[in-house]
Amino acid sequence: MTASTERPPPDLSGGGLGATRRVGDRVFAALTTGAGVLVLALIVAIGAFLLTKAIPAVQKDSTNFFTTKLWQPDNDPSVFGIAALVFGTLLSSIIALVVAGPIAIGIALYISDYAPRRLATPIGYLVDLLAAVPSVVYGLWGLLFLAPHSDKFQQFLSDHFGFIPLFDLGKNGVVGRSMMIASLVLAIMILPIVAAISREIFLQVPQANREAALALGATKLEMIRLAVLPYSKSGVVGALMLGLGRALGETIAVALVLSLSYSTSFHIIDANVGGNTIAANIASQYQAAEPLGQRALIASGLVLFVITFAVNALARYVVTRSGKRAAAV
Amino acid sequence: MSKRIVAEDVNAFYGSFRAIAGVSLTIEPNTVTALIGPSGCGKSTFLRTINRLHEVIPGARVEGKVMLDSEDLYGAGVDAVAVRRTIGMVFQRPNPFPTMSIYDNVAAGLRLNGIKNSKVLDEAVERSLRGANLWNEVKERLAKPGAGLSGGQQQRLCIARAIAVEPQVLLMDEPCSALDPISTLAIEDLMTDLKQRYTIVIVTHNMQQAARVSDRTGFFSLEATGEPGRLIEIDTTEKIFSNPSEKRTEDYITGRFG
Repeated sequence: MTASTERPPPDLSGGGLGATRRVGDRVFAALTTGAGVLVLALIVAIGAFLLTKAIPAVQKDSTNFFTTKLWQPDNDPSVFGIAALVFGTLLSSIIALVVAGPIAIGIALYISDYAPRRLATPIGYLVDLLAAVPSVVYGLWGLLFLAPHSDKFQQFLSDHFGFIPLFDLGKNGVVGRSMMIASLVLAIMILPIVAAISREIFLQVPQANREAALALGATKLEMIRLAVLPYSKSGVVGALMLGLGRALGETIAVALVLSLSYSTSFHIIDANVGGNTIAANIASQYQAAEPLGQRALIASGLVLFVITFAVNALARYVVTRSGKRAAAV
Repeated sequence: MSKRIVAEDVNAFYGSFRAIAGVSLTIEPNTVTALIGPSGCGKSTFLRTINRLHEVIPGARVEGKVMLDSEDLYGAGVDAVAVRRTIGMVFQRPNPFPTMSIYDNVAAGLRLNGIKNSKVLDEAVERSLRGANLWNEVKERLAKPGAGLSGGQQQRLCIARAIAVEPQVLLMDEPCSALDPISTLAIEDLMTDLKQRYTIVIVTHNMQQAARVSDRTGFFSLEATGEPGRLIEIDTTEKIFSNPSEKRTEDYITGRFG
Protein backbone atom coordinates (compact mmCIF):
# COMPACT_ATOMS: atom_id res chain seq x y z
CA MET A 1 0.00 0.00 0.00
CA THR A 2 2.63 2.52 1.01
CA ALA A 3 4.75 1.75 -2.04
CA SER A 4 1.95 2.51 -4.44
CA THR A 5 1.06 5.82 -2.82
CA GLU A 6 4.66 7.03 -3.15
CA ARG A 7 4.70 6.34 -6.88
CA PRO A 8 3.56 9.16 -9.17
CA PRO A 9 0.24 8.50 -10.90
CA PRO A 10 0.73 7.13 -14.42
CA ASP A 11 0.42 9.62 -17.25
CA LEU A 12 -2.46 8.35 -19.32
CA SER A 13 -2.99 11.51 -21.34
CA GLY A 14 -0.71 10.35 -24.13
CA GLY A 15 2.89 11.41 -24.66
CA GLY A 16 6.02 9.32 -24.56
CA LEU A 17 5.64 7.38 -21.34
CA GLY A 18 3.74 4.33 -22.60
CA ALA A 19 5.54 4.14 -25.94
CA THR A 20 9.12 4.11 -24.64
CA ARG A 21 8.37 1.37 -22.16
CA ARG A 22 7.21 -0.96 -24.90
CA VAL A 23 10.43 -1.02 -26.90
CA GLY A 24 11.54 -4.26 -25.26
CA ASP A 25 8.15 -5.74 -25.97
CA ARG A 26 8.34 -4.82 -29.63
CA VAL A 27 11.88 -6.13 -30.03
CA PHE A 28 10.85 -9.41 -28.50
CA ALA A 29 7.79 -9.63 -30.72
CA ALA A 30 9.98 -9.01 -33.76
CA LEU A 31 12.40 -11.73 -32.65
CA THR A 32 9.70 -14.33 -32.20
CA THR A 33 8.11 -13.36 -35.51
CA GLY A 34 11.50 -13.73 -37.13
CA ALA A 35 11.91 -17.19 -35.66
CA GLY A 36 8.50 -18.18 -36.94
CA VAL A 37 9.20 -16.85 -40.42
CA LEU A 38 12.56 -18.64 -40.42
CA VAL A 39 10.83 -22.00 -40.07
CA LEU A 40 8.62 -21.27 -43.05
CA ALA A 41 11.61 -20.05 -45.05
CA LEU A 42 13.52 -23.22 -44.23
CA ILE A 43 10.69 -25.47 -45.36
CA VAL A 44 10.33 -23.51 -48.60
CA ALA A 45 14.10 -23.59 -49.17
CA ILE A 46 14.31 -27.33 -48.61
CA GLY A 47 11.29 -27.98 -50.80
CA ALA A 48 12.67 -25.77 -53.57
CA PHE A 49 16.08 -27.39 -53.33
CA LEU A 50 14.62 -30.88 -53.60
CA LEU A 51 12.36 -29.94 -56.49
CA THR A 52 14.98 -28.11 -58.58
CA LYS A 53 17.45 -30.98 -58.28
CA ALA A 54 14.93 -33.76 -58.53
CA ILE A 55 12.91 -32.75 -61.58
CA PRO A 56 15.83 -32.62 -64.08
CA ALA A 57 17.15 -35.92 -62.75
CA VAL A 58 13.83 -37.67 -63.13
CA GLN A 59 13.53 -36.28 -66.67
CA LYS A 60 16.83 -37.98 -67.57
CA ASP A 61 15.57 -41.30 -66.22
CA SER A 62 15.14 -43.70 -69.13
CA THR A 63 12.56 -45.76 -67.19
CA ASN A 64 9.59 -45.04 -65.03
CA PHE A 65 10.85 -43.41 -61.84
CA PHE A 66 8.00 -44.77 -59.77
CA THR A 67 7.89 -48.40 -60.90
CA THR A 68 11.53 -49.25 -61.52
CA LYS A 69 13.34 -51.24 -58.88
CA LEU A 70 16.89 -50.82 -60.15
CA TRP A 71 19.12 -47.95 -59.06
CA GLN A 72 21.77 -47.28 -61.74
CA PRO A 73 21.45 -43.56 -62.42
CA ASP A 74 25.05 -43.22 -63.61
CA ASN A 75 24.72 -45.89 -66.29
CA ASP A 76 24.08 -44.98 -69.91
CA PRO A 77 21.12 -44.91 -70.36
CA SER A 78 20.30 -43.90 -66.84
CA VAL A 79 18.06 -46.41 -65.07
CA PHE A 80 16.65 -45.73 -61.64
CA GLY A 81 13.39 -45.93 -59.76
CA ILE A 82 12.10 -45.80 -56.26
CA ALA A 83 9.87 -48.88 -56.26
CA ALA A 84 12.24 -51.08 -54.25
CA LEU A 85 13.28 -48.22 -51.99
CA VAL A 86 9.73 -47.17 -51.14
CA PHE A 87 8.82 -50.81 -50.64
CA GLY A 88 11.73 -51.38 -48.27
CA THR A 89 11.11 -48.12 -46.43
CA LEU A 90 7.45 -48.88 -45.85
CA LEU A 91 7.98 -52.57 -45.06
CA SER A 92 10.72 -52.00 -42.49
CA SER A 93 8.85 -49.12 -40.87
CA ILE A 94 5.56 -50.96 -40.67
CA ILE A 95 7.20 -54.07 -39.19
CA ALA A 96 9.00 -51.81 -36.72
CA LEU A 97 5.70 -50.18 -35.78
CA VAL A 98 3.85 -53.47 -35.42
CA VAL A 99 6.59 -54.84 -33.16
CA ALA A 100 7.29 -51.68 -31.16
CA GLY A 101 3.74 -50.34 -30.84
CA PRO A 102 2.27 -52.89 -28.44
CA ILE A 103 5.46 -53.08 -26.38
CA ALA A 104 5.69 -49.30 -26.13
CA ILE A 105 2.05 -49.04 -25.05
CA GLY A 106 2.71 -51.79 -22.51
CA ILE A 107 5.69 -49.89 -21.11
CA ALA A 108 3.66 -46.69 -20.96
CA LEU A 109 0.76 -48.41 -19.16
CA TYR A 110 3.18 -50.08 -16.78
CA ILE A 111 4.64 -46.71 -15.86
CA SER A 112 1.30 -44.90 -15.64
CA ASP A 113 -0.81 -47.55 -13.93
CA TYR A 114 1.05 -50.61 -12.73
CA ALA A 115 4.53 -49.79 -11.52
CA PRO A 116 5.00 -48.84 -7.87
CA ARG A 117 5.96 -45.19 -7.66
CA ARG A 118 9.52 -46.02 -6.64
CA LEU A 119 9.98 -47.87 -9.94
CA ALA A 120 7.86 -45.73 -12.25
CA THR A 121 10.10 -42.69 -12.15
CA PRO A 122 13.44 -44.45 -12.82
CA ILE A 123 11.87 -46.51 -15.59
CA GLY A 124 10.53 -43.32 -17.12
CA TYR A 125 14.05 -41.86 -17.07
CA LEU A 126 15.45 -45.02 -18.65
CA VAL A 127 12.94 -44.78 -21.48
CA ASP A 128 13.92 -41.15 -22.06
CA LEU A 129 17.57 -42.19 -22.00
CA LEU A 130 16.96 -44.85 -24.65
CA ALA A 131 15.42 -42.17 -26.85
CA ALA A 132 18.65 -40.18 -26.60
CA VAL A 133 20.98 -42.96 -27.79
CA PRO A 134 22.38 -41.95 -31.20
CA SER A 135 21.09 -44.02 -34.09
CA VAL A 136 24.59 -45.01 -35.20
CA VAL A 137 24.97 -46.80 -31.88
CA TYR A 138 21.78 -48.72 -32.49
CA GLY A 139 23.05 -49.52 -35.97
CA LEU A 140 26.37 -50.86 -34.76
CA TRP A 141 24.66 -52.84 -32.04
CA GLY A 142 22.28 -54.33 -34.59
CA LEU A 143 25.13 -55.19 -36.96
CA LEU A 144 27.64 -56.54 -34.45
CA PHE A 145 25.39 -58.04 -31.81
CA LEU A 146 21.78 -58.53 -32.80
CA ALA A 147 22.35 -59.91 -36.32
CA PRO A 148 24.93 -62.58 -35.36
CA HIS A 149 23.11 -63.51 -32.14
CA SER A 150 19.73 -63.92 -33.75
CA ASP A 151 20.78 -66.50 -36.33
CA LYS A 152 19.27 -69.33 -34.37
CA PHE A 153 16.04 -67.43 -33.82
CA GLN A 154 15.73 -66.64 -37.50
CA GLN A 155 16.52 -70.23 -38.40
CA PHE A 156 13.88 -71.34 -35.92
CA LEU A 157 11.31 -69.06 -37.54
CA SER A 158 12.20 -70.45 -40.95
CA ASP A 159 12.04 -74.06 -39.76
CA HIS A 160 8.75 -73.81 -37.95
CA PHE A 161 6.94 -70.89 -39.53
CA GLY A 162 8.40 -71.12 -43.02
CA PHE A 163 4.92 -71.75 -44.41
CA ILE A 164 4.22 -68.07 -43.75
CA PRO A 165 5.79 -66.26 -46.72
CA LEU A 166 7.35 -63.67 -44.38
CA PHE A 167 9.49 -66.36 -42.73
CA ASP A 168 10.22 -68.41 -45.84
CA LEU A 169 13.96 -68.75 -46.25
CA GLY A 170 13.84 -70.53 -49.62
CA LYS A 171 16.64 -72.73 -50.97
CA ASN A 172 19.52 -70.31 -51.05
CA GLY A 173 18.44 -68.28 -48.09
CA VAL A 174 20.92 -67.11 -45.49
CA VAL A 175 19.99 -65.69 -42.15
CA GLY A 176 21.81 -62.67 -40.79
CA ARG A 177 21.58 -59.04 -41.88
CA SER A 178 18.03 -59.45 -43.04
CA MET A 179 15.12 -57.08 -43.40
CA MET A 180 13.77 -58.50 -40.16
CA ILE A 181 16.87 -57.56 -38.18
CA ALA A 182 16.87 -54.08 -39.68
CA SER A 183 13.19 -53.74 -38.80
CA LEU A 184 13.82 -54.95 -35.25
CA VAL A 185 16.59 -52.37 -34.82
CA LEU A 186 14.13 -49.75 -36.06
CA ALA A 187 11.55 -51.10 -33.63
CA ILE A 188 13.97 -50.71 -30.73
CA MET A 189 14.75 -47.18 -31.89
CA ILE A 190 11.16 -46.00 -32.05
CA LEU A 191 10.17 -47.84 -28.88
CA PRO A 192 11.27 -45.11 -26.46
CA ILE A 193 9.64 -42.23 -28.32
CA VAL A 194 6.31 -44.03 -28.63
CA ALA A 195 6.50 -45.17 -25.00
CA ALA A 196 7.41 -41.72 -23.71
CA ILE A 197 4.59 -39.93 -25.53
CA SER A 198 2.04 -42.63 -24.67
CA ARG A 199 3.05 -42.44 -21.03
CA GLU A 200 2.41 -38.69 -21.00
CA ILE A 201 -0.98 -39.28 -22.58
CA PHE A 202 -1.95 -42.00 -20.11
CA LEU A 203 -0.87 -39.80 -17.21
CA GLN A 204 -3.18 -37.08 -18.52
CA VAL A 205 -6.24 -39.29 -18.10
CA PRO A 206 -8.00 -37.68 -15.15
CA GLN A 207 -7.85 -39.70 -11.93
CA ALA A 208 -11.60 -39.11 -11.72
CA ASN A 209 -12.14 -41.26 -14.81
CA ARG A 210 -10.06 -44.06 -13.36
CA GLU A 211 -11.92 -43.89 -10.05
CA ALA A 212 -15.26 -43.84 -11.85
CA ALA A 213 -14.39 -47.19 -13.38
CA LEU A 214 -12.92 -48.64 -10.18
CA ALA A 215 -15.94 -47.56 -8.13
CA LEU A 216 -18.17 -49.45 -10.55
CA GLY A 217 -16.23 -52.58 -9.69
CA ALA A 218 -13.84 -52.65 -12.62
CA THR A 219 -10.67 -54.67 -12.30
CA LYS A 220 -7.47 -52.90 -13.25
CA LEU A 221 -7.60 -54.27 -16.77
CA GLU A 222 -11.26 -53.29 -17.11
CA MET A 223 -10.44 -49.84 -15.79
CA ILE A 224 -7.78 -49.44 -18.46
CA ARG A 225 -10.21 -50.62 -21.13
CA LEU A 226 -13.05 -48.46 -19.82
CA ALA A 227 -11.38 -45.25 -18.73
CA VAL A 228 -7.77 -45.05 -19.89
CA LEU A 229 -7.63 -46.36 -23.46
CA PRO A 230 -10.76 -44.69 -24.88
CA TYR A 231 -9.66 -41.36 -23.47
CA SER A 232 -6.16 -41.62 -24.89
CA LYS A 233 -6.82 -43.50 -28.13
CA SER A 234 -6.24 -40.57 -30.46
CA GLY A 235 -3.15 -39.44 -28.60
CA VAL A 236 -1.62 -42.89 -28.77
CA VAL A 237 -2.35 -43.05 -32.49
CA GLY A 238 -0.47 -39.77 -32.79
CA ALA A 239 2.46 -41.24 -30.85
CA LEU A 240 2.53 -44.26 -33.14
CA MET A 241 2.54 -41.98 -36.17
CA LEU A 242 5.48 -40.03 -34.81
CA GLY A 243 7.31 -43.31 -34.26
CA LEU A 244 6.47 -44.35 -37.79
CA GLY A 245 7.82 -41.03 -39.05
CA ARG A 246 11.08 -41.66 -37.25
CA ALA A 247 11.35 -45.19 -38.64
CA LEU A 248 10.68 -43.98 -42.18
CA GLY A 249 13.49 -41.46 -42.05
CA GLU A 250 16.07 -43.53 -40.19
CA THR A 251 19.27 -43.69 -42.21
CA ILE A 252 22.45 -44.91 -40.68
CA ALA A 253 21.14 -47.77 -38.57
CA VAL A 254 19.46 -49.36 -41.58
CA ALA A 255 22.44 -48.71 -43.83
CA LEU A 256 24.68 -50.47 -41.31
CA VAL A 257 22.48 -53.43 -40.52
CA LEU A 258 20.77 -54.35 -43.74
CA SER A 259 22.47 -56.23 -46.53
CA LEU A 260 21.56 -53.78 -49.25
CA SER A 261 19.78 -54.79 -52.43
CA TYR A 262 17.04 -53.50 -54.69
CA SER A 263 14.36 -56.09 -54.14
CA THR A 264 10.71 -56.05 -53.32
CA SER A 265 10.53 -59.33 -51.47
CA PHE A 266 8.50 -60.19 -48.44
CA HIS A 267 11.05 -62.81 -47.38
CA ILE A 268 12.16 -60.73 -44.48
CA ILE A 269 14.52 -63.19 -42.82
CA ASP A 270 16.55 -63.90 -45.95
CA ALA A 271 19.74 -61.85 -45.85
CA ASN A 272 20.47 -62.78 -49.46
CA VAL A 273 17.32 -60.97 -50.46
CA GLY A 274 18.00 -58.08 -48.10
CA GLY A 275 16.40 -54.84 -49.05
CA ASN A 276 16.91 -51.12 -48.93
CA THR A 277 15.27 -47.94 -47.81
CA ILE A 278 15.31 -44.47 -49.29
CA ALA A 279 17.39 -42.97 -46.50
CA ALA A 280 19.85 -45.86 -46.30
CA ASN A 281 20.26 -45.80 -50.07
CA ILE A 282 21.15 -42.12 -50.01
CA ALA A 283 23.67 -42.67 -47.24
CA SER A 284 25.34 -45.59 -48.96
CA GLN A 285 25.36 -44.25 -52.55
CA TYR A 286 25.91 -40.54 -52.31
CA GLN A 287 29.70 -40.43 -51.93
CA ALA A 288 30.35 -42.55 -54.98
CA ALA A 289 27.63 -41.08 -57.17
CA GLU A 290 28.24 -38.84 -60.17
CA PRO A 291 26.26 -35.58 -60.53
CA LEU A 292 23.25 -37.24 -62.13
CA GLY A 293 23.34 -40.02 -59.56
CA GLN A 294 23.42 -37.45 -56.78
CA ARG A 295 20.43 -35.63 -58.21
CA ALA A 296 18.61 -38.94 -58.58
CA LEU A 297 19.24 -39.60 -54.88
CA ILE A 298 17.85 -36.16 -54.12
CA ALA A 299 14.75 -37.10 -56.09
CA SER A 300 14.35 -40.15 -53.87
CA GLY A 301 14.81 -37.84 -50.88
CA LEU A 302 11.91 -35.76 -52.16
CA VAL A 303 9.74 -38.88 -52.17
CA LEU A 304 10.75 -39.62 -48.58
CA PHE A 305 10.00 -36.00 -47.69
CA VAL A 306 6.50 -36.37 -49.11
CA ILE A 307 5.91 -39.70 -47.32
CA THR A 308 7.07 -38.45 -43.91
CA PHE A 309 5.20 -35.20 -44.43
CA ALA A 310 2.03 -37.16 -45.10
CA VAL A 311 2.57 -39.29 -41.99
CA ASN A 312 3.23 -36.25 -39.82
CA ALA A 313 0.22 -34.42 -41.22
CA LEU A 314 -1.90 -37.45 -40.44
CA ALA A 315 -0.49 -37.57 -36.90
CA ARG A 316 -1.18 -33.86 -36.47
CA TYR A 317 -4.72 -34.31 -37.63
CA VAL A 318 -5.36 -37.23 -35.30
CA VAL A 319 -3.79 -35.49 -32.30
CA THR A 320 -5.69 -32.24 -32.91
CA ARG A 321 -8.92 -34.15 -33.07
CA SER A 322 -8.16 -35.82 -29.75
CA GLY A 323 -7.26 -32.42 -28.27
CA LYS A 324 -10.57 -30.97 -29.36
CA ARG A 325 -12.46 -33.81 -27.82
CA ALA A 326 -10.54 -33.56 -24.57
CA ALA A 327 -11.24 -29.83 -24.47
CA ALA A 328 -14.95 -30.42 -24.98
CA VAL A 329 -15.09 -32.66 -21.94
CA MET B 1 -31.27 -55.15 -0.65
CA SER B 2 -30.21 -52.32 1.56
CA LYS B 3 -27.71 -53.23 4.25
CA ARG B 4 -26.28 -52.00 7.53
CA ILE B 5 -22.70 -50.77 7.71
CA VAL B 6 -20.75 -51.11 10.92
CA ALA B 7 -17.28 -49.61 11.10
CA GLU B 8 -15.07 -50.76 13.96
CA ASP B 9 -11.92 -48.84 14.81
CA VAL B 10 -11.12 -47.83 11.24
CA ASN B 11 -7.74 -46.20 10.63
CA ALA B 12 -6.69 -45.00 7.18
CA PHE B 13 -3.18 -44.12 6.12
CA TYR B 14 -1.51 -42.34 3.23
CA GLY B 15 1.98 -43.78 3.46
CA SER B 16 3.05 -43.12 7.03
CA PHE B 17 0.49 -40.34 7.53
CA ARG B 18 -2.59 -41.41 9.48
CA ALA B 19 -5.56 -39.57 7.96
CA ILE B 20 -8.29 -40.99 10.20
CA ALA B 21 -8.02 -42.68 13.55
CA GLY B 22 -10.32 -45.00 15.41
CA VAL B 23 -13.58 -44.38 13.59
CA SER B 24 -16.39 -46.60 14.83
CA LEU B 25 -19.96 -46.02 13.76
CA THR B 26 -23.12 -47.72 12.55
CA ILE B 27 -25.03 -46.73 9.45
CA GLU B 28 -28.60 -48.01 9.39
CA PRO B 29 -30.21 -49.42 6.24
CA ASN B 30 -32.62 -47.22 4.30
CA THR B 31 -31.36 -44.05 5.84
CA VAL B 32 -29.34 -41.12 4.62
CA THR B 33 -26.32 -40.55 6.82
CA ALA B 34 -24.45 -37.29 6.37
CA LEU B 35 -20.80 -36.87 7.31
CA ILE B 36 -19.82 -33.29 8.02
CA GLY B 37 -16.72 -31.56 9.30
CA PRO B 38 -13.96 -29.14 8.35
CA SER B 39 -11.65 -29.72 5.36
CA GLY B 40 -9.01 -32.35 5.99
CA CYS B 41 -10.94 -34.05 8.80
CA GLY B 42 -10.99 -37.36 6.93
CA LYS B 43 -14.70 -37.65 6.14
CA SER B 44 -14.07 -38.32 2.43
CA THR B 45 -11.25 -40.69 3.31
CA PHE B 46 -13.59 -42.58 5.62
CA LEU B 47 -16.22 -42.73 2.86
CA ARG B 48 -13.64 -44.24 0.54
CA THR B 49 -12.76 -46.92 3.06
CA ILE B 50 -16.35 -48.20 2.84
CA ASN B 51 -16.02 -49.27 -0.80
CA ARG B 52 -12.31 -50.02 -0.51
CA LEU B 53 -11.44 -47.23 -2.93
CA HIS B 54 -9.00 -45.66 -0.49
CA GLU B 55 -6.45 -48.38 -1.12
CA VAL B 56 -6.14 -47.70 -4.86
CA ILE B 57 -4.04 -44.63 -4.07
CA PRO B 58 -0.37 -45.67 -4.06
CA GLY B 59 0.84 -46.14 -0.49
CA ALA B 60 -2.63 -45.93 1.03
CA ARG B 61 -3.93 -48.61 3.42
CA VAL B 62 -6.68 -49.24 5.92
CA GLU B 63 -6.72 -50.91 9.33
CA GLY B 64 -9.82 -51.98 11.18
CA LYS B 65 -13.10 -53.56 10.25
CA VAL B 66 -15.94 -52.44 8.03
CA MET B 67 -18.89 -54.81 8.26
CA LEU B 68 -21.60 -54.92 5.63
CA ASP B 69 -24.28 -56.78 7.58
CA SER B 70 -22.29 -59.81 8.72
CA GLU B 71 -19.44 -59.65 6.22
CA ASP B 72 -16.14 -57.95 6.96
CA LEU B 73 -15.20 -56.03 3.81
CA TYR B 74 -11.55 -56.14 4.85
CA GLY B 75 -11.61 -59.82 5.77
CA ALA B 76 -9.13 -62.26 4.30
CA GLY B 77 -10.13 -63.41 0.84
CA VAL B 78 -12.58 -60.56 0.24
CA ASP B 79 -12.13 -59.17 -3.26
CA ALA B 80 -12.07 -55.37 -3.38
CA VAL B 81 -13.50 -55.45 -6.89
CA ALA B 82 -16.50 -57.45 -5.66
CA VAL B 83 -16.97 -54.98 -2.79
CA ARG B 84 -17.09 -52.09 -5.23
CA ARG B 85 -19.72 -53.89 -7.27
CA THR B 86 -22.01 -53.97 -4.24
CA ILE B 87 -21.29 -50.44 -3.05
CA GLY B 88 -21.88 -47.66 -5.56
CA MET B 89 -20.22 -44.29 -5.43
CA VAL B 90 -20.89 -40.80 -6.76
CA PHE B 91 -18.03 -38.32 -6.79
CA GLN B 92 -17.61 -34.63 -6.11
CA ARG B 93 -17.16 -33.70 -9.75
CA PRO B 94 -19.44 -35.43 -12.24
CA ASN B 95 -17.22 -37.98 -13.98
CA PRO B 96 -19.12 -39.71 -16.77
CA PHE B 97 -16.84 -41.60 -19.15
CA PRO B 98 -16.10 -38.83 -21.65
CA THR B 99 -15.91 -40.99 -24.74
CA MET B 100 -19.10 -42.91 -24.04
CA SER B 101 -22.70 -42.18 -24.90
CA ILE B 102 -25.32 -41.61 -22.22
CA TYR B 103 -26.57 -45.16 -22.75
CA ASP B 104 -23.10 -46.72 -22.56
CA ASN B 105 -22.29 -44.78 -19.41
CA VAL B 106 -25.29 -46.22 -17.61
CA ALA B 107 -24.69 -49.69 -19.05
CA ALA B 108 -20.96 -49.70 -18.19
CA GLY B 109 -21.36 -51.35 -14.80
CA LEU B 110 -23.80 -53.95 -16.11
CA ARG B 111 -21.46 -54.83 -18.92
CA LEU B 112 -18.67 -55.26 -16.36
CA ASN B 113 -20.91 -57.84 -14.75
CA GLY B 114 -21.09 -59.68 -18.04
CA ILE B 115 -24.62 -58.66 -19.02
CA LYS B 116 -24.77 -58.46 -22.80
CA ASN B 117 -28.44 -59.09 -23.59
CA SER B 118 -29.58 -55.85 -25.19
CA LYS B 119 -33.14 -56.17 -23.91
CA VAL B 120 -31.94 -56.52 -20.33
CA LEU B 121 -29.57 -53.60 -20.83
CA ASP B 122 -32.27 -51.41 -22.37
CA GLU B 123 -34.57 -52.03 -19.44
CA ALA B 124 -31.87 -51.45 -16.85
CA VAL B 125 -30.75 -48.23 -18.54
CA GLU B 126 -34.28 -46.87 -18.60
CA ARG B 127 -34.97 -47.95 -15.02
CA SER B 128 -31.73 -46.36 -13.79
CA LEU B 129 -32.23 -43.14 -15.69
CA ARG B 130 -35.79 -42.91 -14.36
CA GLY B 131 -34.43 -43.66 -10.90
CA ALA B 132 -31.97 -40.81 -11.27
CA ASN B 133 -34.74 -38.55 -12.52
CA LEU B 134 -32.99 -37.99 -15.82
CA TRP B 135 -34.97 -40.18 -18.23
CA ASN B 136 -37.31 -37.51 -19.55
CA GLU B 137 -34.45 -35.17 -20.29
CA VAL B 138 -32.28 -37.65 -22.21
CA LYS B 139 -34.57 -40.34 -23.62
CA GLU B 140 -34.39 -38.79 -27.09
CA ARG B 141 -30.59 -38.68 -27.16
CA LEU B 142 -29.28 -41.78 -25.43
CA ALA B 143 -26.64 -42.22 -28.13
CA LYS B 144 -25.19 -38.75 -27.58
CA PRO B 145 -22.02 -38.34 -25.48
CA GLY B 146 -22.61 -38.09 -21.74
CA ALA B 147 -20.09 -35.26 -21.59
CA GLY B 148 -22.50 -33.06 -23.57
CA LEU B 149 -24.96 -32.80 -20.67
CA SER B 150 -25.04 -29.96 -18.15
CA GLY B 151 -23.19 -30.42 -14.85
CA GLY B 152 -26.34 -31.31 -12.92
CA GLN B 153 -27.45 -33.75 -15.60
CA GLN B 154 -23.99 -35.31 -15.67
CA GLN B 155 -24.14 -35.84 -11.92
CA ARG B 156 -27.55 -37.51 -12.23
CA LEU B 157 -26.09 -39.59 -15.06
CA CYS B 158 -23.37 -40.70 -12.65
CA ILE B 159 -26.04 -41.58 -10.09
CA ALA B 160 -27.87 -43.59 -12.77
CA ARG B 161 -24.61 -45.34 -13.60
CA ALA B 162 -24.07 -46.15 -9.93
CA ILE B 163 -27.60 -47.49 -9.28
CA ALA B 164 -27.76 -49.45 -12.55
CA VAL B 165 -25.90 -52.33 -10.91
CA GLU B 166 -28.37 -52.37 -7.99
CA PRO B 167 -25.82 -51.70 -5.25
CA GLN B 168 -26.67 -52.22 -1.60
CA VAL B 169 -25.10 -48.97 -0.50
CA LEU B 170 -24.68 -45.66 -2.29
CA LEU B 171 -21.78 -43.42 -1.25
CA MET B 172 -21.86 -39.77 -2.27
CA ASP B 173 -18.78 -37.62 -1.87
CA GLU B 174 -19.92 -33.98 -1.90
CA PRO B 175 -22.16 -34.75 -4.88
CA CYS B 176 -23.54 -31.22 -5.17
CA SER B 177 -20.49 -29.09 -4.51
CA ALA B 178 -19.90 -28.47 -8.22
CA LEU B 179 -23.57 -27.83 -8.99
CA ASP B 180 -25.89 -24.84 -9.04
CA PRO B 181 -28.77 -24.62 -6.50
CA ILE B 182 -31.43 -25.96 -8.87
CA SER B 183 -29.40 -29.04 -9.77
CA THR B 184 -28.58 -29.43 -6.09
CA LEU B 185 -32.27 -29.45 -5.23
CA ALA B 186 -32.91 -32.09 -7.91
CA ILE B 187 -30.26 -34.34 -6.41
CA GLU B 188 -31.42 -33.80 -2.85
CA ASP B 189 -34.96 -34.79 -3.86
CA LEU B 190 -33.50 -37.82 -5.53
CA MET B 191 -31.72 -38.89 -2.35
CA THR B 192 -35.02 -38.96 -0.48
CA ASP B 193 -36.38 -41.31 -3.17
CA LEU B 194 -33.26 -43.44 -3.29
CA LYS B 195 -33.15 -44.16 0.42
CA GLN B 196 -36.27 -46.29 0.02
CA ARG B 197 -34.02 -48.78 -1.73
CA TYR B 198 -30.46 -48.05 -0.68
CA THR B 199 -28.38 -47.16 2.30
CA ILE B 200 -26.96 -43.75 1.52
CA VAL B 201 -23.88 -42.11 3.00
CA ILE B 202 -23.18 -38.55 1.90
CA VAL B 203 -20.19 -36.36 2.64
CA THR B 204 -21.06 -32.69 2.49
CA HIS B 205 -19.61 -29.33 3.38
CA ASN B 206 -23.02 -27.81 3.29
CA MET B 207 -24.65 -28.05 6.71
CA GLN B 208 -28.04 -26.97 5.41
CA GLN B 209 -27.84 -29.85 2.99
CA ALA B 210 -27.01 -32.27 5.78
CA ALA B 211 -29.93 -30.93 7.76
CA ARG B 212 -32.30 -31.18 4.76
CA VAL B 213 -31.53 -34.65 3.48
CA SER B 214 -30.09 -36.77 6.25
CA ASP B 215 -31.61 -38.86 9.01
CA ARG B 216 -28.39 -39.15 10.92
CA THR B 217 -25.32 -36.94 10.94
CA GLY B 218 -21.75 -37.72 11.90
CA PHE B 219 -19.33 -34.94 12.77
CA PHE B 220 -15.63 -35.43 12.00
CA SER B 221 -12.88 -33.16 13.18
CA LEU B 222 -9.16 -33.03 13.81
CA GLU B 223 -7.14 -31.61 16.67
CA ALA B 224 -4.68 -29.79 14.44
CA THR B 225 -3.20 -29.96 10.97
CA GLY B 226 -1.09 -33.11 10.68
CA GLU B 227 -3.20 -34.90 13.28
CA PRO B 228 -5.55 -37.66 12.14
CA GLY B 229 -9.26 -36.90 11.75
CA ARG B 230 -11.64 -38.49 14.23
CA LEU B 231 -15.35 -39.02 14.51
CA ILE B 232 -16.47 -36.66 17.24
CA GLU B 233 -20.06 -37.83 17.42
CA ILE B 234 -22.84 -39.31 15.38
CA ASP B 235 -26.52 -39.03 16.19
CA THR B 236 -29.86 -38.19 14.65
CA THR B 237 -29.61 -35.12 12.47
CA GLU B 238 -32.18 -33.37 14.62
CA LYS B 239 -30.10 -33.89 17.75
CA ILE B 240 -26.81 -32.89 16.11
CA PHE B 241 -28.23 -29.63 14.83
CA SER B 242 -30.26 -28.72 17.88
CA ASN B 243 -28.54 -30.17 20.91
CA PRO B 244 -25.25 -31.94 20.17
CA SER B 245 -23.52 -33.77 23.01
CA GLU B 246 -20.08 -32.43 22.21
CA LYS B 247 -19.08 -28.81 22.50
CA ARG B 248 -16.87 -29.10 19.39
CA THR B 249 -19.86 -30.16 17.34
CA GLU B 250 -21.86 -27.23 18.56
CA ASP B 251 -18.99 -24.83 17.81
CA TYR B 252 -18.77 -26.13 14.28
CA ILE B 253 -22.53 -26.12 13.66
CA THR B 254 -22.90 -22.60 14.92
CA GLY B 255 -19.88 -21.34 13.00
CA ARG B 256 -17.58 -20.74 15.94
CA PHE B 257 -15.15 -23.36 14.78
CA GLY B 258 -11.44 -22.43 14.59
